Amino acid sequence: MPHAAVSEAAQARDYRALIEPARINSRLYYDPAIFQEELEKIWYKTWVYVGHTSEIPNKNDYVTKSIGPMPVLMVRDREGEVRLLLNKCPHRGNQLCAYQKGNRTSFTCPYHSWTFSNTGDLMGYALPEGYEGQSKAGLNLGKVPRIAIYRGFVFGSMAAEGISLEEHLGGAKAALDQLLDNSPTGELDLTAGFLQHRTKANWKFMLENETDGYHPGFVHGSVFQVTSSGIGSLYGADSTALTRDYGNGHTEFDLRPEWRKHDKPLQWFGTTPERLPEYVKSMNAAYGEERAREIMIDGSPHVMIFPNLFIAEIQIFVLQPVAVDETIQHVTAVQFKGAPDINRRLRQQTMGSVGPAGLLLADDTEMYERNHRGAQILDPEWLVLSRGLHRERLDENGFRIAHSTDETPQRGIWRHYLNLMTEAR
Amino acid sequence: MTALAHSFADASAPDLAKLEPATLNHQVAQFLYLEARLADTHDYDGWEALWTDDAIYWVPANGDDTDPEKQMSVLYDNRSRIGVRIRQLKTGRRHTQTPRSELARVISNIEIAEVRGPEVDVRANVLIYEDNLRGDTLWAARNTYRLRMTDAGFRLVRKKICLVNNNKPIYTLSFLV
Repeated sequence: MPHAAVSEAAQARDYRALIEPARINSRLYYDPAIFQEELEKIWYKTWVYVGHTSEIPNKNDYVTKSIGPMPVLMVRDREGEVRLLLNKCPHRGNQLCAYQKGNRTSFTCPYHSWTFSNTGDLMGYALPEGYEGQSKAGLNLGKVPRIAIYRGFVFGSMAAEGISLEEHLGGAKAALDQLLDNSPTGELDLTAGFLQHRTKANWKFMLENETDGYHPGFVHGSVFQVTSSGIGSLYGADSTALTRDYGNGHTEFDLRPEWRKHDKPLQWFGTTPERLPEYVKSMNAAYGEERAREIMIDGSPHVMIFPNLFIAEIQIFVLQPVAVDETIQHVTAVQFKGAPDINRRLRQQTMGSVGPAGLLLADDTEMYERNHRGAQILDPEWLVLSRGLHRERLDENGFRIAHSTDETPQRGIWRHYLNLMTEAR
Repeated sequence: MTALAHSFADASAPDLAKLEPATLNHQVAQFLYLEARLADTHDYDGWEALWTDDAIYWVPANGDDTDPEKQMSVLYDNRSRIGVRIRQLKTGRRHTQTPRSELARVISNIEIAEVRGPEVDVRANVLIYEDNLRGDTLWAARNTYRLRMTDAGFRLVRKKICLVNNNKPIYTLSFLV
């Protein structure tokens, strides 16, 4: 990775002195050198979520995605294979494709008309006599070295070697399965487009907040006050919902104990089977009535897959860091393939609650931006993550769990972060 | 009943096409300025009262000609959700508007696009300067409005705000746009 100067500085930086089990140093959020080192040791190394195969359903479809600040073209090539290409002409470094999405078999650089197949191979350049005797080898588009797809979720890793995606996902894979169980076809169809919420804050404030069950009662109290949403009680002292640390930085807010207690299908989505008859019918047909009922009681997961994929029951968020103090929250509605009636409600609820004007996320984002400004104040230097230490325990699978308002997820995130930042290169 | 509403021969079915163009232009502009002022000054009740029961308040994303019933929009409120949005702002705990954004907007290039009986479709450009805790943000949009003449004067049936940068990441948009 081309960050030699940064690496030298980073070798002198002792992350063990900045991260303790239940408190962390504010510097981790605002130091630009730390951000550069995170790019090297997290974003351009580990598995990062890029996109979903349903965004490129047809051969030659492409969509512009990202790995950290770096744009990536997610392409379904002329053979139907999903590829992750880097959007840089190897000739003079020009941005090759300037569009968000489309369908094309090749990409031509506007600068000197070098043309690449959507497999990334150089097909030809203008005025070829100027390169007489020279080989085209080594002049293909850059590629994300490793790509892996789990049930439609496309991940990429900028490291040529490393653990498999399955190893990386570990126990959190079950949360993706839980999401897809809620689809009568077992598949998603993410075709509604993404909102892009620009946020003047470090990405880790979002990573941590996605499974922070302590804040909703306060940050979102205004919504609970003016709507009939029953969500507020999930975050109260008497809630049986759990926080969970899956390891590898993946964390979860597990609402199933509450939904099972109530035992009402689709209560997780604030509705009833009577209001979504087509969906219920297709779920019963797909899974049998007994299993369909269980799925519709448990509902969709609330899981943060490190470092950037957040499934918030009915939304898919993708966190993109672009600078130490700037992050883009990309978000779209979960859409189940073959379930038009629930999909409509999923879109409506998503548009109301998230994105730049969302009744919920605009207030979360206000907190992120205040977090970032506050963190730069010098005293106190350390921030506290000790909530629920005394009641943390292991579940039947050996994962740490605690009360819905406890900071078990955040401690898990930092444990993994410390491993990544101090890992031998 | 307002003087303008009263001026129609058949008050139950006012026909805006019968107004002098200069009068219609003037009345439309006055209404847009009123709506802008109520939004700028966070007069939530006054602003909410401008909407009809069949209202649509829409900020598209990723282009201006998307299908809001299929594609994600930044904001796509019916009258009921406009009400929720306003009630949330009035709790005093809508943190992103506590403290409130300081706002001044300019509306210009007002054009009458179409007149159909009591309704008129209007185009206008708007620039909104926002100051809040994060800093200063300039918003630019091409708006389209559908206004309906009622006993109480013009009311807002539909407002579509096409932010010129709606295909890019945008900051929190929590004031009345």
